[in-house]
Amino acid sequence: MNDKRHVILGASFPGVNHHTIWSDPRSGSQIDFSSFVHLAQAAERGRFDFLFQAEGLRVREHKGSIYELDIAGRPDILTQQAALAGITEHLSFLSTINSTFNEPYELARKLASHALLSGGRIGWNIVTSSDAFHGGNFRRGGYLAREERYERAAEVTRTVLELLDSWSGDGDGSFTHAGKHVDIAGRFPLRLGSLPHPVLVQAGVSDEGRDFAARSVDVIFSPYSQPDEGRAFTADVRSRAERAGRDPDTLKVLPGASFVLGDSQAEAEQKAREVTRAQVSPQTALVLLEQVWLQDLSDVDPTGPVPEPDPSKVEQDITLGKTRTTGDPLARAREWYAFAQEKKLSVRELIIAKQSRQRFVGTASQVAEQIDDAVQSRVSDGFIIGSPVVPVGLDDFVESVVPILQERGVLRSEYEPGATFRDNLGLPPIAPIVRDGVAPFVSPLVEVPHN
Amino acid sequence: MSTERFTVGVALDGVGWHPSARAEDPAAPGTLDYWSGSVATLEQAGVDYVTIEDTFSGWSPDWRAEAAGAAGRLDAHTVAAFLAGRTERIGLIPTATTTLTEPYHLATRLQTLDFATRGRAGWQVRVSAGPEELRLTALGEGRRPALADGEIDETALVDLFDEAAAVIATARALWDSWEDDAEIRDAATGRFLDGGKLHHVDAQTPWFSVAGPSIVPRSPSGQVLVAALAHATVPYRLAVRGADVVFVTPGPGNPLSGILAEIRELERAEERAAPPLRVVADLLVAVGADAADRYASLQHRAPVASDAEVVVGSAEQVADRIAQLRDEGADGVRLRPAENAHDVTVLAHGLLPLLESRGVHGSGTADGLRGAFGLPRPPSRYARNDETLAGAR
Repeated sequence: MNDKRHVILGASFPGVNHHTIWSDPRSGSQIDFSSFVHLAQAAERGRFDFLFQAEGLRVREHKGSIYELDIAGRPDILTQQAALAGITEHLSFLSTINSTFNEPYELARKLASHALLSGGRIGWNIVTSSDAFHGGNFRRGGYLAREERYERAAEVTRTVLELLDSWSGDGDGSFTHAGKHVDIAGRFPLRLGSLPHPVLVQAGVSDEGRDFAARSVDVIFSPYSQPDEGRAFTADVRSRAERAGRDPDTLKVLPGASFVLGDSQAEAEQKAREVTRAQVSPQTALVLLEQVWLQDLSDVDPTGPVPEPDPSKVEQDITLGKTRTTGDPLARAREWYAFAQEKKLSVRELIIAKQSRQRFVGTASQVAEQIDDAVQSRVSDGFIIGSPVVPVGLDDFVESVVPILQERGVLRSEYEPGATFRDNLGLPPIAPIVRDGVAPFVSPLVEVPHN
Repeated sequence: MSTERFTVGVALDGVGWHPSARAEDPAAPGTLDYWSGSVATLEQAGVDYVTIEDTFSGWSPDWRAEAAGAAGRLDAHTVAAFLAGRTERIGLIPTATTTLTEPYHLATRLQTLDFATRGRAGWQVRVSAGPEELRLTALGEGRRPALADGEIDETALVDLFDEAAAVIATARALWDSWEDDAEIRDAATGRFLDGGKLHHVDAQTPWFSVAGPSIVPRSPSGQVLVAALAHATVPYRLAVRGADVVFVTPGPGNPLSGILAEIRELERAEERAAPPLRVVADLLVAVGADAADRYASLQHRAPVASDAEVVVGSAEQVADRIAQLRDEGADGVRLRPAENAHDVTVLAHGLLPLLESRGVHGSGTADGLRGAFGLPRPPSRYARNDETLAGAR
């Protein structure tokens, strides 16, 4: 069609944090199947590549109690995405699956079954959390040391692919994997024929995470959708991939981004401010402050001044079930406190000011142009589009932004019949973690024994 | 004595239950169209549910690769999930094992299937007894096989079934762990949830512990229907302790009356509080005008070793046997087609209409899969505690 780079589009079903506005009158069920069907059908109508869902393995707790303020309650991802693949024809599904609390044989059978029944429309977003809080729901508990989580992730991933490949060539399904984290043997019951590997995805920001992704996966989730930091991140992981012996074009970089549309730039910006205010209720503002201050602030008025962080009251685990920070626990709190002092902000105003700006705000054609420009200038290879309202939030994007992207020649007007997830992303059939010539990931945090 | 609506289900396993069964196209059983087509045919005929057979490994001793078609045996739960949105009335009961799996994953997967089917999900519980399966996962490390080289280790076997009962009990606690009104969306206080209506289950067993609550809110069935196949006292006891439905295998020398007596006795001994176990008789069937000839040719290739009674004959003859089982006190039958390629169609178009016209089975609309078995949607166990508290105030 032209030599412009194509935009990869994913749709994310909003997760369990304050970005999802349950108080909006258009907000529907976060768990009924019909909500997921609505979103999947909208994404397929919009010729998206895939639907992405995050995983929940334990309901969040804050200060020792079930956390009440955010939307909560989500499905088992592989089951839900299988059900959605059953009623769609072209859309692919990116399942978030933890490599610590799943065992490779069972996982490989489920992924292979999904691939056979969907015609290869399956991807795996590998997450590695390994803490005791999540472990409390599983047989092995929080058994894995933090520094071993990428090491196990790499071994579990390799084993899953070994099983999927166990019938290829002269294979009869027999396999033996004797490693540090996985020691299994048997005969795999499913033959994938000509189906490619699932698309592998990882979100890595740390040095270790970036290296793991650059050597192992097809798609890296980027936390940066803004031009300068996005370009820097993309250039960095591409060069890591190249150093590992990969064609860097086989590593796709996708940030998450939401959008706010208006008939004019001014209207969209006004709506964006309203969205942020709705996301940050006074109660939520206080909890978000507690999560940065790492201390109980229940006697603080969210509309009043920001209290000074008190190092003597720090509780690292004030919120359980969210990603933890490393390094100086109060570094961010001190920076925010100084910011609030300088700008004379209340607690709620501070939190609103500090909300991430990972979103496109403007008219439909402005948003389409920003997305196109970002991809052409290698900020990323596309975006995972979220919306603060479940499940109808994507509809506006599909109806107004998608046609403009199609006119610009950067988004398909029709799917390729029978295309797999890998076909749609233009990826080779073999996942990088087992691809010939790609240097394997070795965790820098784990001591290598010397013989 | 049958107390409830008589149910008719179909057990799907690869291309059929006879070891000589084949599909016309060997690649077909690995495709969604194959499963979707069979289940749509059965749903239109008014069949109450299908079970989808499986083992942890995907293999089983008497099961040969050809029997599943060219792709091999698909994960039953994944098949059921793919069918969820393509069906409207029929219950979907995948098999999942309790031995080498995570109770938390099992429970949340089934709740998710229950949401996707709007209350038509079930679970056929199975254990993994063989040494080969223990080698497939770290969760098998240090376990003794209950069945090796044809020898049963009684102690290990009882342990396996005790664990299965604990897994079911834990799943059931997780299914209740969100009360039905836990989601409040109260803008005034900014609260989406009433945290007091979510409960840790704190399951502590010799095999595992699970903190809870479930990540999935309470599902349409409340409690997903639990079923188990059982041939002897140890599995009967498991069914009595944890299941809603038990599949049994009466036949010559093993009359249904004896099975029923043993189950009712176990219900008393175990002080079962739930509604009486629904007892469903399994039959392996080759049905239709040409059934005898077809069955003879299947047997000629390789004889079947069936745990369930084999019934070969016209739709009338099969219906006669089913009516007899109903009169003897069965709550339903589960039919295992000898060869899907022939028997699924004849079951749907020949047998089911006959059962309806004879008044054995009505295709009337049931309220979800529990409703098909005459089981109500139970309140959450934790909600009962709340009412007690409310009463005390």
